[in-house]
Amino acid sequence: MSIKIGQKSYGDRIQDGLSNSFMRKAVSGAQGRFRSGRLKAAEELGDWEDWRTLGEEIRSHTMENLDYYLHQLSEQVENRGGTVFFAKTAEEANEYIQEIAKKKQAKKVVKSKSMVTEEIGLNKALEKSGCEVVESDLGEWILQLDEDPPSHIVTPALHKNKEQIRETFMKKKGYTGSDDPVELAAYAREQLRQDFLEADIGVTGCNFAVAESGAITLVTNEGNARMVTSLPDTQISVMGMERIVPTWEDLEVVVSLLTRAAVGQKLTSYITALTGTRLEDEVDGPEDFHLVIVDNGRSKILGTEFQSALHCIRCAACINACPVYRHVGGHSYGSIYPGPIGAVLTPLLDGYEDHKDLPYASTLCAACTEACPVKIPLHEHLIRHREIIVEREKMTTKAEKMMMMGFAKWASTPAAYKLSTKMARTTLKPWTKDEYIEKGPGPMKGWTEQRDFPAPSKERFRDWYRQREQRSDH
Amino acid sequence: MAIHNREAFLDNLAEQLGRTRRTKVESPVYSVHPQERVFQDATQGELVEKLEEQCKVIHTSFTSTKLETLGETLRTVLNDYGVTKVVGAAGPRNDATHLSTVYAELQSEGYDIHLWDENKGRENVTFAEQAGAGIVFSDITLAESGTVTLFNDRYNGRSISLLPETFIAIVPKSTLVPRMTQASQLIHEEEKKGNPVSSCVSFVTGPSNSADIEMNLIVGVHGPVKATYILVDDL
Ligand code: SF4
Repeated sequence: MSIKIGQKSYGDRIQDGLSNSFMRKAVSGAQGRFRSGRLKAAEELGDWEDWRTLGEEIRSHTMENLDYYLHQLSEQVENRGGTVFFAKTAEEANEYIQEIAKKKQAKKVVKSKSMVTEEIGLNKALEKSGCEVVESDLGEWILQLDEDPPSHIVTPALHKNKEQIRETFMKKKGYTGSDDPVELAAYAREQLRQDFLEADIGVTGCNFAVAESGAITLVTNEGNARMVTSLPDTQISVMGMERIVPTWEDLEVVVSLLTRAAVGQKLTSYITALTGTRLEDEVDGPEDFHLVIVDNGRSKILGTEFQSALHCIRCAACINACPVYRHVGGHSYGSIYPGPIGAVLTPLLDGYEDHKDLPYASTLCAACTEACPVKIPLHEHLIRHREIIVEREKMTTKAEKMMMMGFAKWASTPAAYKLSTKMARTTLKPWTKDEYIEKGPGPMKGWTEQRDFPAPSKERFRDWYRQREQRSDH
Repeated sequence: MAIHNREAFLDNLAEQLGRTRRTKVESPVYSVHPQERVFQDATQGELVEKLEEQCKVIHTSFTSTKLETLGETLRTVLNDYGVTKVVGAAGPRNDATHLSTVYAELQSEGYDIHLWDENKGRENVTFAEQAGAGIVFSDITLAESGTVTLFNDRYNGRSISLLPETFIAIVPKSTLVPRMTQASQLIHEEEKKGNPVSSCVSFVTGPSNSADIEMNLIVGVHGPVKATYILVDDL
């Protein structure tokens, strides 16, 4: 399995997204709340631009020396009683994990939310070897019961309403209660407790590994990752090879950026740093610990102009800021990585062939770049993707080709780039009526046929934010 | 314990980066240090105020007490929650704060108290699963976010702060620092000195929660439903 979800074409997925009115409302509501949470948290912290600079510097330094830090990490994990497996491909990672399950004669595996295990299709591999796999994150659990893919990095079941969730619980679990979210969650708690206590293996992802000590950190609110790593005797953590920081001091900075940029929290309820196996005199925690470090196409990005895409800390701030995501929802991207970062990353990991539409799922308004806590130039990467698609892959029409050549020019000089969001507005002028674009050109046609499309904002985010800051100084 | 496939994997990364493998990297000097400016000159008293304020945001009750009255305060908190079955961290701090005596008293009054005991193995976890409250000490307390840091060890099992419905943290005032920066600096310094970090460091900020169903905040999805911090003026 690749990171691609479903077989439908991009156009069909967009149509699905647009016709799901609950989803559309949920997405825009969530975007608003996450976004204002992020802005408020950034404001409270103060010096947000310095924080972003520091985040970017830490991420660049780490990527430049990735071989060194992964070496150090693996040494430390081994020192602390763990086993490390470097997996070049998804298959290698899955086979290794299947092997452990076989050795342990595991019947039940509990998991805490992890994008990289989605990416490599681990659940299917484990089920094939006869294990029952239980996703323990509430949102993921709901999706698993319903056999539905996630649509948002932070709140995966964002597209479902409580009535649908109740129905799923009734059908799949024989639930008889109401659709009150509190009651639904209490029911899930009770069901999952049993799974945690029975499981033979706990599988987690890894938000950040710390090279200097060999710690794997998990940033969560629900506490399920703590359950997964405290109760079963065997723990397997799977990490994308770029999810690493050199020291604890660096960890603190990226965690602060992550929690604020994701949901506007100062810290999430739980940040758990796990190092190797439990010690001899300890009672809970794993006696057997495996760290699986996954490449799966990431190394192809190293050393290229897209290297900074590997800086991503998966906070979803770009997704929450994106007007296209707001309109079409996460499933339209056809990838487990939605939104602007998904549009950048998916073609890099999985090739252009299946994902050549993704770089066009952007207004180039740069809201994503402005939102990114580690300053990944997302919209520049999208422009570059389009150029590559146009120049090398000859996959698009002549009109788009002309447009792209224009974009390339903007992006190539800093002054022009600064103007680019203003120019996006000008470029779209012929299609703009009031604040909405009624019939958009090229790739926008699909959306604008259904709904009016918001024109790039008159006021760029950066300008708006600066003004806002000045106002609050008074 | 082993490391599989490392050399080929890392050689490939170095090659992609256009150089040979690095065996030494100088620690970088970053251009900015905003993290050190947060609550830079705050006094312990001011940090207490920040902590108390933040507790409201994180759905956590806050009470403060003197060392002499810690037992009484704890009893009140347990009574308010209607909890009689309690799992607590063990270790020398219980004696230093006279909590040992308090636990003994509570026991004689009919409370079911279990202190974490490595010799009892899995029994500890089973008890924690059924307990109404888990009591631990904060090792480092982060005022900005309202976070208690737990260096889990043989006295302080991971399950104590996780499985019971109510989470009670005893917060010595002397453990207060501005934010996570100071906690990670400390761990980093210890690592450099060759003192390895605890097998589990838990930064806990209030009860467990989720916004997964229609973005409604639901407290206690997997871990504790309720949380209380008891600040002890131990200075
Ligand atoms: S690209 Fe930036 S904003 Fe988007 S998820 Fe990654 S770190 Fe967050």
